[in-house]
Amino acid sequence: MIAQNHSYWHVWASVYKKDVRLAFRQRSDIINPLLFFLIVITLFPLGIGPEPNLLARMAPGIIWVAALLATMLGLDKLFRDDYLDGTLEQLMLSPFPLSLSVSAKVAAHWTVTGLPMVILAPLFALLMNLQSQALSAMMLTLLIGTPLLSLIGAIGAGLTVGLQKGGVLLSLLVLPLYIPVLIFATSAIDTASMSLAYGGQLAILGAFLAVAIVLAPIAVSSALKVSIN
Amino acid sequence: MQFDSLSEFFAMGGYAFYVWLSFGSCALILIALVVSSVQEKRKLLQQVSAQTAREQRIEKAKQAKQQESQS
Amino acid sequence: MWKWLHPYAKAERAYQLCNTLLPYFAVVAVLGILVGWVWGLAFAPADYQQKDSYRIIFIHVPSAIWSMGAYSSMAIAALVALVWQIRNAQLAVIAIAPVGAAMTVIALLTGAAWGKPMWGAWWVWDARLTSELILLFLYLGVMSLYHAFEDKRAGGKAASILALVGVVNLPIIHFSVEWWNTLHQGATITKFDTSAIDPSMFWPLMINILGFAGFLGAVTLIRLKTEILKSEQHRPWVKALAGGK
Repeated sequence: MIAQNHSYWHVWASVYKKDVRLAFRQRSDIINPLLFFLIVITLFPLGIGPEPNLLARMAPGIIWVAALLATMLGLDKLFRDDYLDGTLEQLMLSPFPLSLSVSAKVAAHWTVTGLPMVILAPLFALLMNLQSQALSAMMLTLLIGTPLLSLIGAIGAGLTVGLQKGGVLLSLLVLPLYIPVLIFATSAIDTASMSLAYGGQLAILGAFLAVAIVLAPIAVSSALKVSIN
Repeated sequence: MQFDSLSEFFAMGGYAFYVWLSFGSCALILIALVVSSVQEKRKLLQQVSAQTAREQRIEKAKQAKQQESQS
Repeated sequence: MWKWLHPYAKAERAYQLCNTLLPYFAVVAVLGILVGWVWGLAFAPADYQQKDSYRIIFIHVPSAIWSMGAYSSMAIAALVALVWQIRNAQLAVIAIAPVGAAMTVIALLTGAAWGKPMWGAWWVWDARLTSELILLFLYLGVMSLYHAFEDKRAGGKAASILALVGVVNLPIIHFSVEWWNTLHQGATITKFDTSAIDPSMFWPLMINILGFAGFLGAVTLIRLKTEILKSEQHRPWVKALAGGK
């Protein structure tokens, strides 16, 4: 039995620390999605031509679609290793709710995939010739939007964790659910590049995030319970 | 009846291709769905009855063997 | 009410219930679709603006309505399956999904065939068309998730969870697509005002909607019967049923 004096916060922090530490030991898990992000963004100008105005017009959409795809890469592994070595089962047997450790794992996933993308975003914005007034909007939407992607994606990862060929199925399940995030994030950047107020779109994204933080861990833990029994 | 002749009915006031395309594909999908659903059920029942027949044969063979060894 | 409802959680009783309900739905489906199509194609007057191409409405609107109706009934079944752990409700989720997906495909195809003469393009990124396409993706997700599981019991549960997640997201997706659409291209398409529809067109449309509902119910019942038999195939009553044929 776990000692009585372990608080919820303790459990959350230890799961979070363990996942982040594991990711830093296998650096390719952090670097590969970023490289993928960079390469996808490089492909677009090659495909549609190097004209700066056109690129600036399309930049929000391209950066966000690339971000969606890059987040998908790490999702498959989110619960896979813990499922295979039995850690997930132990977490489920512990006296703490599974949704607690799920939210810690999702937070760790965001720290190693979402956060680096937010930090490197200005570089990608330069590549795409994005206007400087849209830059802060892009950073903010990525900052609010990427945790949302991790949370929604975790539902799909939880549902497919027990499957052999879960990878493709996972993207089929999750990508339609990403559409609202994509719409509001790109619209915020578009509005900002016209030097208009984009607070409304950010507020809606924030509302999505608040709802997802509350509901997604519950959905994920019930999905995981299906795969483990 | 809205149309004076049968050929006029099929022409659909010049929109024949679109109207018949949608009604045709709709009918095709509906019929395919019914046929596949019914067929799936029939196949399952055949499978189950074949399985039961096989179990009965095995049971009979076992009994026959037992009687042989007893006599 | 629970006392009355509870026996139907048992597979054999549910199967019998399907058998008793099926003829009613089948009659409604066949009569409704037959009468609705003949009336709609041959007897309803032509629209003064869209001429005869508007006749596609008699299949487009019913299939669009029931593509969403099927999704909501699937979500209700999923909720029942997860909250009360009723196996038959799970099977109902699996039974409805392909029928709903077929309705969605019909709505999309007929929408495209209607859009070409009216808007001049097979596909327009209209809010309702886009939402319908995403609805199709959600159906396909539920179906392929179920089929990916070796253990069908776990697959049914996983599909139910996904159906519920989808039904929470569907209004959000619909609202955001609508908002996105008005932002990007403005209201270019005049909406078809259903309240102002003439009775000579309204009645065949209603009959078609009823017929499609009957079709949805009947095919779902057939598929539900198959799913019940599949999950119970080692029970004596199924063997007796198969042997009697």
